[in-house]
Amino acid sequence: MHPIFASIAIAGPETVLTLGSLAALMLGTFTGGPRALTVTSLFSVAILALAGFTLMDAPAAATIAFDGLYVADAFSAFLKVIILVAAAASVLLAQPWLGASGGRFEYPVLMLLATLGMAIMVSANDLITLYVGLELAALPSYVLAAFHRADDRSAEAGLKYFVLGALASGILLYGVTLVYGFAGSTQLDVIAGLVAGQPERSLGLLVGIVFILSGLAFKVSAVPFHMWTPDVYEGAPTPVAAFFSAAPKAAALGLMARVLVVAFPGKVAPDWQQIILFIAIASMVLGAVAAVAQTNIKRLLAYSSIANIGFALVGLAPGTPDGISALLFYITVYVAMTLGSFLVVLQLRRPDGAPVETMADFAGLSKTRPGLALAMAVFMFSLAGIPPLLGFWPKFAVFQAAVAAGLLPLAIIGFIASVVAAFYYLRLIKIMYFDAPEVSLDSEGSAVNGGMIAACALFCSPLGMLAMSPLAVATTRAAAALFPA
Amino acid sequence: MPILSIMILLPVVAALVVATLPGGEAERAGRARVVALATTLIELALGIWLWAAFDQTTAAFQFAEKRPLFAPYLDWSLGIDGIALMLIALSVFLMPLCILASWESVQKRVPEYMAAFLLMESLMIGTFAARDIFLFYLFFEGGLIPMFLIIGIWGGARRIYASYKFFLYTLLGSVLMLVAMLWMVGFAGSSDIGVLARTDFPKEAQVWLFLAFFASFAVKMPMWPVHTWLPDAHVEAPTAGSVILAGVLLKLGGYGFIRFSLPMFPDASAQLIWLVFGLSMVAVVYTSLVALVQHDMKKLIAYSSVAHMAFVTGGLFALNTQGIEGAMVMMLSHGLVSGALFLCVGVIYDRLHTREIGRYGGLADTMPRYALVLLFFTMASVGLPATSGFVAEFLVLLGLYQTSTWATFVLTTGIILGAGYMLWLYARVAYGKAAGDDTRAMPDLNAREIAILAPIVVATLWMGIYPKSFQQPMKPAIAEVVARLEGRELATVPTDMTLSPMKAEMALPALTSPAQAAESHH
Repeated sequence: MHPIFASIAIAGPETVLTLGSLAALMLGTFTGGPRALTVTSLFSVAILALAGFTLMDAPAAATIAFDGLYVADAFSAFLKVIILVAAAASVLLAQPWLGASGGRFEYPVLMLLATLGMAIMVSANDLITLYVGLELAALPSYVLAAFHRADDRSAEAGLKYFVLGALASGILLYGVTLVYGFAGSTQLDVIAGLVAGQPERSLGLLVGIVFILSGLAFKVSAVPFHMWTPDVYEGAPTPVAAFFSAAPKAAALGLMARVLVVAFPGKVAPDWQQIILFIAIASMVLGAVAAVAQTNIKRLLAYSSIANIGFALVGLAPGTPDGISALLFYITVYVAMTLGSFLVVLQLRRPDGAPVETMADFAGLSKTRPGLALAMAVFMFSLAGIPPLLGFWPKFAVFQAAVAAGLLPLAIIGFIASVVAAFYYLRLIKIMYFDAPEVSLDSEGSAVNGGMIAACALFCSPLGMLAMSPLAVATTRAAAALFPA
Repeated sequence: MPILSIMILLPVVAALVVATLPGGEAERAGRARVVALATTLIELALGIWLWAAFDQTTAAFQFAEKRPLFAPYLDWSLGIDGIALMLIALSVFLMPLCILASWESVQKRVPEYMAAFLLMESLMIGTFAARDIFLFYLFFEGGLIPMFLIIGIWGGARRIYASYKFFLYTLLGSVLMLVAMLWMVGFAGSSDIGVLARTDFPKEAQVWLFLAFFASFAVKMPMWPVHTWLPDAHVEAPTAGSVILAGVLLKLGGYGFIRFSLPMFPDASAQLIWLVFGLSMVAVVYTSLVALVQHDMKKLIAYSSVAHMAFVTGGLFALNTQGIEGAMVMMLSHGLVSGALFLCVGVIYDRLHTREIGRYGGLADTMPRYALVLLFFTMASVGLPATSGFVAEFLVLLGLYQTSTWATFVLTTGIILGAGYMLWLYARVAYGKAAGDDTRAMPDLNAREIAILAPIVVATLWMGIYPKSFQQPMKPAIAEVVARLEGRELATVPTDMTLSPMKAEMALPALTSPAQAAESHH
């Protein structure tokens, strides 16, 4: 058998997603009419499920495909599960909104393409694959941000995202060329060997790492490359913002971890660690402080995601298996928390039919919609990291890894930032529970979204702590894949 | 039978039941009250059973349970020694009284209120029963959520400010402790409290660890100067919220000191007694003076709580048996007495809807039964012999005298000041002329209020007359803590008034001659 067929078999999820997205495009086009959206959406979810199914017997040890361009291991499998679940949820949660706004079937197709890009990202074993995956994930995202094309804000969000994203891609590519020039390869594991063989630290390589990290920091919206996030979240349609806050973050963080840990271990590790330290601290602090003054709920969630990325990066900073395992744990819980929060926002409608935008709209929600208010309170306390809610434990895990690696100051700064952040999460709870209702918000009444809210809330509640043990087994196994014995 | 798990989980289940009761607004409220009362009474029964089955001769953790439910992060590991037992007993004793106290005064969102209280109970028992340090943290911090909601939803006019202040203050203190915990567990290789209490941490590290834990416990305690959240939280909390706050939540700090700071960082504890004594001395004098000028009854009692808590820290850091035992009795006594005082304030607040001292007066004529109960608890707060307050203050001063006579001297002035503000409060409320016709028209205690206050009167007298019942279970556990502290190098503090090194001679007479020590008390 030609090696290409073996490679295609190893890259099962990507193969399914590639063929599936093309088929979905055909299906949508030929179905036509108002049914196209529903049919394509359900088909897309089925494709995502099928892609997840191919992960069932994914190898634990690194399996190289496409002549070293692609790697399948427990790490990529773990992240792909999260990405696929988050993408499927993003397709489903957009249904009421899509139905109300004309129902174009391109939405699920673009989602599938972006998901394909993200799957490639977390399996990239080569800087070129990395770039291809990144762009494949980014291009549909630009379109999605501007999906509400009649709306000025949505168009502006799309354009802003595109311009800044293109700039970040350029910076990243420049970093790739520098690394290639000073190390001699674009394949991650080969770079590690070549760098280890170099007699002394190469300044050019360091500059290359900085450029690559800058590009990736843009994708995860870490400070100081975060500026686009609040604007894009605010301008983009809410389901799209929900999508942006979940799956792409997981993919980009995973990619970042793989590039740094696999390609630059050993003596160059301290070089990138201090960069990660800086952006982690900056993200935690800025995400916490800047959110205090926000009144728009989507901007608040944007700053919250910036702060959360900072916390997740704390797990990356030590560069240890424990740290990576904690990072994966963080990503898992973060995706549930942020999707849950966006779902609640999506589920609410003002009496005049307009979507909920400002935090003041939530006033007295605990009286008018007690169930949704309770779910939102769970997400907010969880994001604030108050035990016994599940959101506390990933913070705990990343800081445990940081302390074990001797990064005590990082842990102290991080926890203090989390207290500042608690202030604005509490503010939303105060608005929902302590204030009197001004308008009675209507529920969108989507049963699917209601079910997803309940599932996320249950996961983030103290009951979710029971999932910690099995999750820890999976994350440890996944993290071990990055560290060849 | 996993009795501790049952005691922790039963209120959670009841809270879920209460929150999801069917029916109309009034029906739900009625059912919620009944379910909550029944649950807390079952908890009380379980607590009594726990006490009866407790082996008072050993310091080992009893009723131990261990399940690796949350591995590798923490274990569901429970177990109690005498100290934890007494504090659990206090919690389950006060809880039904809180529910009864809110029976009529809380009319807004009753099911949610009852659910929050039941969650509170579960978290408090969990805090005292946890044997895994992270499980302890979980319960310790988890208590913030229901308390935040209780103050914020059912509190008074400035409730939102108070709830924020309470939440953020205590959270900031605790996260530093968490960092220290992470380091300690990394060092010792186990998160079991028993193992950590036997680990000898390096002396230099101990100081930092001590300070990190101190940041958390000092806020919870609360010690001067981080006590400012307490009066705000108390004033704005509903009556039952104040009772739980004063009765149990304030004990978390003292419990933390005795469970973590003293046995785990004995060297640092001995080295930093000057810090604790200094803050305690300032707290006693300063907050007593502040209490003197209060117009709001709840604020006055809140400031008196800070002063009493300074006795607890003073006693704990005397680092000897009498001092620590005294501190424990002080915590139990304060839980009963200040809880009862808040209930007393609640009684007249329900009638007149003001806590302004000047609006009352002459209650000894119009509400004789009430005036009697209030007098009793005023005396208990001052520390009259035969009440629990006396035992507590006496033991604390006895222990403290052996470590620092100066601290003892200053703390003793606190007793005099305490008598000042409490008796003056009583005089203004109960004697003189009623401030208005509405004050005069207030009815005396009803049956429900008597049923709430009578058990506390009995417990306070019992603890005052025969404190052995309460001290005996704690003795082995306290002996173990003292054993950890033995032979540690003390910081140089002025230990006696002659300023000459006569520590040993000064210590002994105080032990052998109770009469002399009693003199120093009065």
